[in-house]
Amino acid sequence: MSTRKKFVAAAVGLGLVTLSACGASGSGSGGSDSKTVTLVSHDSFAYSKDVLKAFEKESGYEVKVLKNGDAGQAVNTAILTKDNPQGDVFFGVDNTLLSRALDNGLFQSYEAEGSDLIKEEYRVDQDQHRVTPIDSGDICVNYDKAYFSERELDPPQSFDDLVKPEYRNLLVTENASTSSPGLGFLLGTAAKYGDDGWQDYWKKLKANGVKVVGGWEQAYNEEFSGSAGGKEAKADRPLVVSYASSPPAEVVFADPRPKTAPTGVAAGTCFRQVEYAGLLSNAKNTEGGKELIDFLVGKQFQEDMPLNMFVYPVREGAQVPEEFTQYGPQAEDPETMEPAKIAENRDQWVKSWTSLVLK
Amino acid sequence: MKSRGAAKASRGSAARLGLMAVPVAFFGVFFAYPVAAIVARGLKVDGGWRFGRIAEVLGDSAIRHVLWFTTWQALVSTALTLLIALPGAYVFARFDFRGKRTLRAVVTVPFVLPTVVVGTAFLALVGRGGLLDELWGVRLDTTVWAILLAHVFFNYAVVVRTVGGLWAQLDPRQEEAARMLGASSLKAWRKVTLPALAPAVAAAALMVFLFTFTSFGVVQILGGPTFSTLEVEIYRQTSEIFDLSTAAVLTLVQFAAVGAVLAVHAWTVRRRETALRLVNPSVTARRPRGAGQWALLAGVLATVVLLLVLPLAVLVERSFHAPGFAYYKELTADDSGIFLVAPIEAVRNSLEYAVTATAIAVVVGGLAAAALTRRDAGPLGRVARGFDALLMLPLGVSAVTVGFGFLIALDEPPLDLRASWILVPLAQALVGVPFVVRTMLPVLRAVDARLREAAAVLGASPWRVWREVDLPMVRRALLIAAGFAFAVSLGEFGATVFIARPDHPTLPVAVARLLGHPGDLNYGQAMALSTILMVVCAVALLVLEGMLPQSRSSTGGTPVDRTGEF
Repeated sequence: MSTRKKFVAAAVGLGLVTLSACGASGSGSGGSDSKTVTLVSHDSFAYSKDVLKAFEKESGYEVKVLKNGDAGQAVNTAILTKDNPQGDVFFGVDNTLLSRALDNGLFQSYEAEGSDLIKEEYRVDQDQHRVTPIDSGDICVNYDKAYFSERELDPPQSFDDLVKPEYRNLLVTENASTSSPGLGFLLGTAAKYGDDGWQDYWKKLKANGVKVVGGWEQAYNEEFSGSAGGKEAKADRPLVVSYASSPPAEVVFADPRPKTAPTGVAAGTCFRQVEYAGLLSNAKNTEGGKELIDFLVGKQFQEDMPLNMFVYPVREGAQVPEEFTQYGPQAEDPETMEPAKIAENRDQWVKSWTSLVLK
Repeated sequence: MKSRGAAKASRGSAARLGLMAVPVAFFGVFFAYPVAAIVARGLKVDGGWRFGRIAEVLGDSAIRHVLWFTTWQALVSTALTLLIALPGAYVFARFDFRGKRTLRAVVTVPFVLPTVVVGTAFLALVGRGGLLDELWGVRLDTTVWAILLAHVFFNYAVVVRTVGGLWAQLDPRQEEAARMLGASSLKAWRKVTLPALAPAVAAAALMVFLFTFTSFGVVQILGGPTFSTLEVEIYRQTSEIFDLSTAAVLTLVQFAAVGAVLAVHAWTVRRRETALRLVNPSVTARRPRGAGQWALLAGVLATVVLLLVLPLAVLVERSFHAPGFAYYKELTADDSGIFLVAPIEAVRNSLEYAVTATAIAVVVGGLAAAALTRRDAGPLGRVARGFDALLMLPLGVSAVTVGFGFLIALDEPPLDLRASWILVPLAQALVGVPFVVRTMLPVLRAVDARLREAAAVLGASPWRVWREVDLPMVRRALLIAAGFAFAVSLGEFGATVFIARPDHPTLPVAVARLLGHPGDLNYGQAMALSTILMVVCAVALLVLEGMLPQSRSSTGGTPVDRTGEF
């Protein structure tokens, strides 16, 4: 009988868990009281605990953070729930998705305190101030330093270099229709070679043996010879589409830290991504939301971002940590594109790219 | 007499309808309503339905190709899984060998691992520099074979546990009797055992089909960007392109396809489930005898090692590459920047969520199975069968659809659950319930109805009948089902990543996030955390199996008809 007793005990235990779970669920929803301010973001949002605590202490608000999947999913759920938003502030819509958010009326106007300190080049929507730029990052081709020094070959520096025969079968990139760096790289080539020229460029790139995989994780961790995973997997591609901040990350996330980064950035292959935050249209706590946006462009948070999200600050005078300046200088002259132009062309370009490169 | 019988029958029906109330409410609120909401969002524009979109989307040859490939690969994966795993089910059910329990837990481990890690592991088998490459220069990555084999890897346990669970309880003396009467061993198996096993085989095939039909990560990682399934397409339409009407049509197509498969399943199984003589599994298993049986055991073990253990071992090995367990030590540091908490806390989060999800799945699924046990003729029976099929639908619906549906539908009090932690176990339980129902139903239906009637005649209340007659016989199935539900919720990723709170990452979410960052330490920690996830899964299953009834010495080794206890 003892097994049965054990079983009954377990069943009762499970039942109690269910009951307690149901009981607890009632108190789970909140965020409507004026002392709580809720930030909705995507899965990559990260920060230092003490920095947020400082804001909570100063403002008297309790900050709740919710994450809804990847960048695309987070923006889309925010749009779908716009009439009854999950929170007060949304962070993490980038220039490739900005028009979608604005056209759908996701945000209300608010000119953040300190937005005059945001660098000129990042400012958008200057007449309505529906979004505030928070961070920027560059999508660039990274190279494996060891590979090129062993062969006494200069690593490529520009888009033009990538189609040269000496870099044949060396580049791996991501599917532009399912991966954000993959899309950024495509947009970079479109910005560089123009609406009519990028397809020719990709034909050459394809002829030069570019490999396309599903996402950044496979490209970087499985195919790129310069990464930890790539070394394990005996990867044979020394060029990968990643971020300008990947080399500093290779240093920061290594123990012991190497003296120089094992990877470098091809400076002429970059496309600039800017992420924005905005006050949600039907926010319940607009006052708290406004203060939160002020905090996001404030010096303290701006200087906290680089080592948490591996992005660069947009605020004039915000210090970038030494690891960044030393191992991953920001691209000098990245390709850029107007959000409206991206919105207009993106689906068509991705479609043509897919039939051109994948089929 | 007649009127009393009728009254009793209607009371029984009422009771069963009552049992159904909880599962019906659960599915209505947490599945049908959210999914209907997101589909309606896509197809309803300015108050008018745009059913014309269905024809437009289906008219697209690219979409039709995706549908064809999705179905084709799911059918082949299911057949391949059955082919490779059925001998395993036999071996685990009928043979006694050292390390059997541990191995049974190990084969379930792939089930809980996030595909992004399994992709890594599997590439070490079939990819560049992998075992096949080293031995024979064969590379299968970016071929459809990598997808198919990975599906076997993931679903091996589904067949072994579902079919093996019932097989172990079949009385071997029936097959022996057939052989004594002159049947060949193959014929005896085909005529006696196979019909008895059919419902379990069909249930396993159904689950494997649904899992592979909605495959996402495996197709993306191992197949390369040229292969696309409906699930990948739905992800693209909802997350990237934001074309909700196309996504809605694709979701409806998924429903239709899954519905058709469920109908076929119901049709094949309906006449095959019969009352079986179930025996204590501990007495049906014995040491292999003769060269043939030893060869079978060796073959199954070799398959398990090559296909399942080897890829897992790759992950474990990589997690130890840094000297002094550096990757594991790093997991306890809470200053990494990627997480708000030390990554190791994901273990506790995952366990809490999985226990809650298992509890919900066992209660909801158990009630549903109990309600569906007796098959009625007529309209009530049809309703019950329809509901039985409905319960399986979550397995065949995209996690992205469910995630989006949750966030747009469960947004009003009293069900404003969007910020609540309970959303995670609820989403996980949705996938667990079908396992509970499918594992328990064949066994419950195999219980001889006359036993229940006898107990009722002797004055037992329906609850008492269930407790005294059904429960002891289904205890094994219940524990197996709970193990499945636990494993499923431990490994759920697609919907969880939508709704997990940032300070409460689950293990798969944490692994994926670590792999999303450059750097040796992040990669190493992802491997270490995956190893921990495997161990957590294996230990939990072993604990559950430890609760299985053990053989009793008093029976003296003869098969025990457990009904004899009453």
